[in-house]
Amino acid sequence: MSKIGVFVCHCGENISATVDCVKVAETAAGYDGVVYSIDYKYMCSDPGQSLIKSAIAEKGLTGVVVASCSPRMHEPTFRKACAEAGLNPYMCEMANLREHCSWVHEKGDATTEKAIDLVRILVEKVKKNHSLNAIKVPVTKTALVIGGGIAGIQASLDIANSGHKVILIERDPSIGGHMSQLSETFPTLDCSQCILTPRMVEVAQHENITLYTYAELESLEGFVGNFKAKIRRKSKSLDEKICTGCGQCTTKCPVKKIPSEFNEGLGKRTAIYVPFPQAVPNKPVIDRVNCTYYIKGKCKVCEIVCPTKAIRFDQEDTIVEAEVGAIVVATGFTVKQPDFFPEYGFGKYPDVITGLQFERLASASGPTLGEIRRPSDGKVPEKIVFIACAGSRDPAKGIPYCSKICCMYIAKHAMLYQHKVHGGKSYVFYMDIRAGGKMYEEFVRRAIEDDGVNYIRGRVSRIYEKNGKLIVKGADTLLGAMPVDIDADMVVLATAGIANEGSEELAQKLHTSYDSYHFFSEAHPKLKPVETNTAGIFLAGACQSPKDIPESVAMASGAAVKVACLFSQDELTREPLIAVVNRQAAPVFSSCVGCFLCVSACPYQAIEKEEIKNRTGEVIRTIAKVNPGLCQGCGTCVAFCRTKSIDIQGYTHEEMYSEVMALLNEY
Amino acid sequence: MADFEPKIVAFVCNWCTYAGADLTGTSRIKYATNVRIIRFPCTGRIDYMLLLKAFDEGADGIIVSGCHPNDCHYTSGNFHARRRWIMFRELCDFVGIDINRVLFSWVSAAEGSKWADVVNTTVTRIRELGPYTEYQKVAKHPIREVTNG
Repeated sequence: MSKIGVFVCHCGENISATVDCVKVAETAAGYDGVVYSIDYKYMCSDPGQSLIKSAIAEKGLTGVVVASCSPRMHEPTFRKACAEAGLNPYMCEMANLREHCSWVHEKGDATTEKAIDLVRILVEKVKKNHSLNAIKVPVTKTALVIGGGIAGIQASLDIANSGHKVILIERDPSIGGHMSQLSETFPTLDCSQCILTPRMVEVAQHENITLYTYAELESLEGFVGNFKAKIRRKSKSLDEKICTGCGQCTTKCPVKKIPSEFNEGLGKRTAIYVPFPQAVPNKPVIDRVNCTYYIKGKCKVCEIVCPTKAIRFDQEDTIVEAEVGAIVVATGFTVKQPDFFPEYGFGKYPDVITGLQFERLASASGPTLGEIRRPSDGKVPEKIVFIACAGSRDPAKGIPYCSKICCMYIAKHAMLYQHKVHGGKSYVFYMDIRAGGKMYEEFVRRAIEDDGVNYIRGRVSRIYEKNGKLIVKGADTLLGAMPVDIDADMVVLATAGIANEGSEELAQKLHTSYDSYHFFSEAHPKLKPVETNTAGIFLAGACQSPKDIPESVAMASGAAVKVACLFSQDELTREPLIAVVNRQAAPVFSSCVGCFLCVSACPYQAIEKEEIKNRTGEVIRTIAKVNPGLCQGCGTCVAFCRTKSIDIQGYTHEEMYSEVMALLNEY
Repeated sequence: MADFEPKIVAFVCNWCTYAGADLTGTSRIKYATNVRIIRFPCTGRIDYMLLLKAFDEGADGIIVSGCHPNDCHYTSGNFHARRRWIMFRELCDFVGIDINRVLFSWVSAAEGSKWADVVNTTVTRIRELGPYTEYQKVAKHPIREVTNG
């Protein structure tokens, strides 16, 4: 006989403001099998949990229904409380009265009725629940870090320094990411490369880190502690072991006019190239799309000049299989590109550039060696205009969010310009200045007060060319929307930071969720910012949302600690919500007829064929068997099974049918 | 028909639509009170006999919702659900169950407002269709006896 306890939470006023919690508890008390029912202000608090624990002990409860927030929020809390009181944690269920009821409906009888129904559904389910025991699985103590920007570098180093192996993969020929492209960093104005390159070298030399550049994740199988990753190492057309990185090939390559990705198209590179001088590894790759040999079948200049004969034109992509226990996603972001701003003439006027292009112009390693010269004719611009929120905070452009870093880098750009072009005039059009952060506001004030940057609060409607000048038509909203026209020599757009190319596909490979802007979703916006909803997969840096360097580094270290915590255990416990094939006494053995439709349905190859033998060793039946280590508990096999011989623990037929019947019988 | 409050059951997956409905709550978007959610690990788990059972027990409408194609937490469960849905539709139509009473949709964990839309659209549609009494003519209650056992 079931003895169910129902615990209705007010969640302060979050639930009780629209749901009559007392009535819910009173109604539940009248249900068959419910021996205890109570409402309380905060069920998740210590006294709330004690209420549950003491009721389990005193009333001998066999099942608990906590009617409060989403189980995605507090299921582990309450299951743990039950376990501490000696009740099997899987005999505890949660009715979602907050997210699915009180927050989405107005106060009224209908809302309370719905709350009562939600409780009744779970009361009936918990009656059918079975005690389950967590599954123990081993942990592979190697981490995979995807993305070699500052976040990926930091995460790799931290994990490696905690004594665990790391595989770092990077899509581009070198690690470094966007940070390696930057000139100086705010708010200290120290050189980005100077602080980054020692870290890059450390990654390359660390004994615990295996670095694969020019590589991408091909596929991923498995689960926390036991992932199997396939990594595609794109062909570099080079034997890296022999190459000394002397650079003969890159200087002699006849294809010299390819826009350099590293310089954001402002400089040129060759077909065999090292993206930038401090690249790690400092060895070239051949860009097969632009290489004359791959296009026309002859050239091979690089092969001829190579002193160590390291060029391999016939090299193919290789797939590396790696077993890893945890994954850190640090794939970063990108900036919105042309044709997005027809009114600003981006793409039409060469002197309208993005913030990232300006970084390259201001960088000592850039195409102008750090001099601010406009791309069209190489002249030093006497008047420069910076436009903030180019795309960001603009729902009409589909980017309602704030890109967060632009206010600061615009102040930095304007400052750098003033430092490099004496007597130059700079203007910033802005909506608001968002300079939250240590020494950030002071930095912006410095740009305005010490360096004389003109900040104009207002938007720019249009940019057009006239007599060799770019006419920027804006408005100053602090002067009653007075029109402002500036005849600028150069315009820099602080383009919105957006999710990196391919992040959606990567999220799909990793089976993690992403938001409507294609940034990776964290498990909880406040309390689980580096975790994803998939156990063992963590996030670092701007792949989750645009963020600056200190934040990315902090997040990467956070993710690294999560990985280290995971690796500190020799065995992990997994939820036992997996499929099982029923077994009965001989001579029936199982109701499974061995059609193996489930085998074809299973996305994890978790279902095997089991042979049942008689005493003489003769096979008398072949039935399905679920490998509990591989099963992820999706239940697809359950819906497939013709004889209902396979069932999924925690979501059994009995439980689900009880829910449907409970719901409608008094609805 | 004005005071008819439809009973609608929603069969949703844990990873996308359930989380999406959580987001509707966190965003405080209001919607009709008629829908009761039943959580499944994946839409691939949803045995469509459960839908018939719901009608048999007196549901006026049903929502089935999971992750968008390619976004399934379990890789392919939603594809199986979709394939099964196509079969199920045909079957319903053949035996005389009104397929307008079942809404199949994808709502991701990021689509809080879409969930509110799905619920409101379904409630409006079922309100127009009225109580689902015809099902009893189709079923004559054989299902109740079989599945209760």
